Amino acid sequence: MSALVELCGISKGFGAGEARVQALADITLSVDAGEVVGLRGPSGSGKSTLLNLVACILEPDAGTLRLAGETVWDGRWSRADLRALRREKIGFIFQFHNLLPFLDATDNVALAMTLNHVPLDEARRRARALLDHLQVGKRASAMPAKLSGGEAQRVAIARALANNPRIILADEPTAALDSERAQVVMDLLRQVAREQQAAVIVVTHDDKIFSRFDRLVELRDGRVEAGGA
Amino acid sequence: MNLALRDLRHNLGRFLLTCVGLGLLLGVALAMVGIYGGVVEEALSLARNMRADLWVVEGGSRGPFAEASRIPGDVREAVARLPGVREAGSLTFQTVEARHGGGPGGVVPDEDQVRERAGEAGRQRSGTVLRLQVVGYEPDRPGGPPGILEGRGITRGRLEMVADRSAGLPLGAVVEMANLRYRVVGISTRAVSTGGDPLAWITLRDSQDLQFRLSPPAARRAQQGGGGAPPQDTVNAVIARLSPHADATAVAAEIRRWKHFSALTGAEQENVLTRSVVDKARKQIGLFTTVLLLVSAVIVALIIYTLTMDKMREIATLKLIGAPDRTIVALVMQQALLLGAVSFVSGTSLLLAVKDHFPRRVVLGVEEVSGFGVLVFVICLLASLLGVRYALRIEPAQALGG
Repeated sequence: MSALVELCGISKGFGAGEARVQALADITLSVDAGEVVGLRGPSGSGKSTLLNLVACILEPDAGTLRLAGETVWDGRWSRADLRALRREKIGFIFQFHNLLPFLDATDNVALAMTLNHVPLDEARRRARALLDHLQVGKRASAMPAKLSGGEAQRVAIARALANNPRIILADEPTAALDSERAQVVMDLLRQVAREQQAAVIVVTHDDKIFSRFDRLVELRDGRVEAGGA
Repeated sequence: MNLALRDLRHNLGRFLLTCVGLGLLLGVALAMVGIYGGVVEEALSLARNMRADLWVVEGGSRGPFAEASRIPGDVREAVARLPGVREAGSLTFQTVEARHGGGPGGVVPDEDQVRERAGEAGRQRSGTVLRLQVVGYEPDRPGGPPGILEGRGITRGRLEMVADRSAGLPLGAVVEMANLRYRVVGISTRAVSTGGDPLAWITLRDSQDLQFRLSPPAARRAQQGGGGAPPQDTVNAVIARLSPHADATAVAAEIRRWKHFSALTGAEQENVLTRSVVDKARKQIGLFTTVLLLVSAVIVALIIYTLTMDKMREIATLKLIGAPDRTIVALVMQQALLLGAVSFVSGTSLLLAVKDHFPRRVVLGVEEVSGFGVLVFVICLLASLLGVRYALRIEPAQALGG
């Protein structure tokens, strides 16, 4: 299997002088296509910083980041290029689903496609198919406020999958769900990783789902303590 | 997919309520623009209604509106004899607080009865007090009402009056001025003084009589003390209409050569009215309008800024999933422009519906309304920049729950 996410010697710090905090130090990590990796660690261990780095929101101070075969932050990337990279190659799943409250479920999913220049009618058709596939097709016309936590998270997953991304980043996707729904979400992520040969990275504190990862990477004080190979 | 419209539709009640509030503010600002136009039009309406090519007034004055002017009534004949003058008429102007007893045939209480009943204070309270600009003119000569809407013009009869519609006097109403009762025989329209008071026309003879009755007590005391009666045949101005090919400036120059008289062309009189008589009012209204527009701009900016702040997480999510800056900018700007457009339409509609009930004339043409619309558009565009700046500074990381 080929690595879709490769971090090599990545370091990132914030602040200057005595107030400087080293959030990540010499991180080397790779995630292959079809692999579901969990990222855990106590608060302040650098999980969010690592996720932001892979999401191309933060620029590393040192090291190399390769996403789907392309080296990012090598001086050739503008902000617009990075957004295009996120749009085309990365899908995001959030703790609180982050659906746009003024769009119904279908349009929340279709929006991600229209940003990628898919015509609106085609995007809506594909969005409905995706919602059906994730078993929330009956709620396609519902506004986010009318969806249950599990339904909203499924719609959010559908949005993350809208552009067939190679990399899926999930930030505490099960934190707001009960254990049964959390297992369903994890099943879906595993299914996506397998069907789309996507690399899935999940930041989580939820020990109920630790067993559902192919690999669990443990961070402590900005360093990989276990599972980074 | 228009995100701006979808967001507004989602919060339609709040958006419409905001539009109503802003619309009222814009309506007030537009009303000031209209009042500004009204002040200028009212200032000019009196002079324009006279359709005079020349105004002959007291020497050294710019009367009869900007300064006091009193000239002998027989000057009219001298003016009428000048080459190029087609017709001339004598005019008097005086502001009077008249009393009006009610509708047609309304009875104004007898002076003695009122005094007997309630003393001087009762006199002040009886009937409706009406402020009028009374114009004395010679029927069949220039200076009469511009048009009669109802009833008829004044004939040679005494104690008749043609009043402007804005005075609210019905045909046949009785108006008392200086203990004399005038009957309204005709209603005119669009004729007010520079101060916005409705015009009322009476005959020159009646007005000279009225002027004498209303003259200051000091003059009356001087007269009683043997100082001699002041000449009754005085007027405030003589107006002249010229033949089509006559040069107003040349005729005015001719009159200026006479001792004790000045002459202003129609254009000069209009200039005096706008530059001198209503200049302060124009400036004050202009200042208020500017302040109101600035306040509107600040309010629009704050509304858009708040709307953008409310969408911080949504904007961060949009950025994170790869929405380009133009999508974010369009979201903020389109909402600002929609807010401005709906507010402008609601404010303007409301103002147009109620403007005729304003105490002063509100003059709003297509030019004023469309110009104000463009101004609101520019204000909204500029005000939205604050929201755009905020939106562009939102970090995509803010969508990841901190």
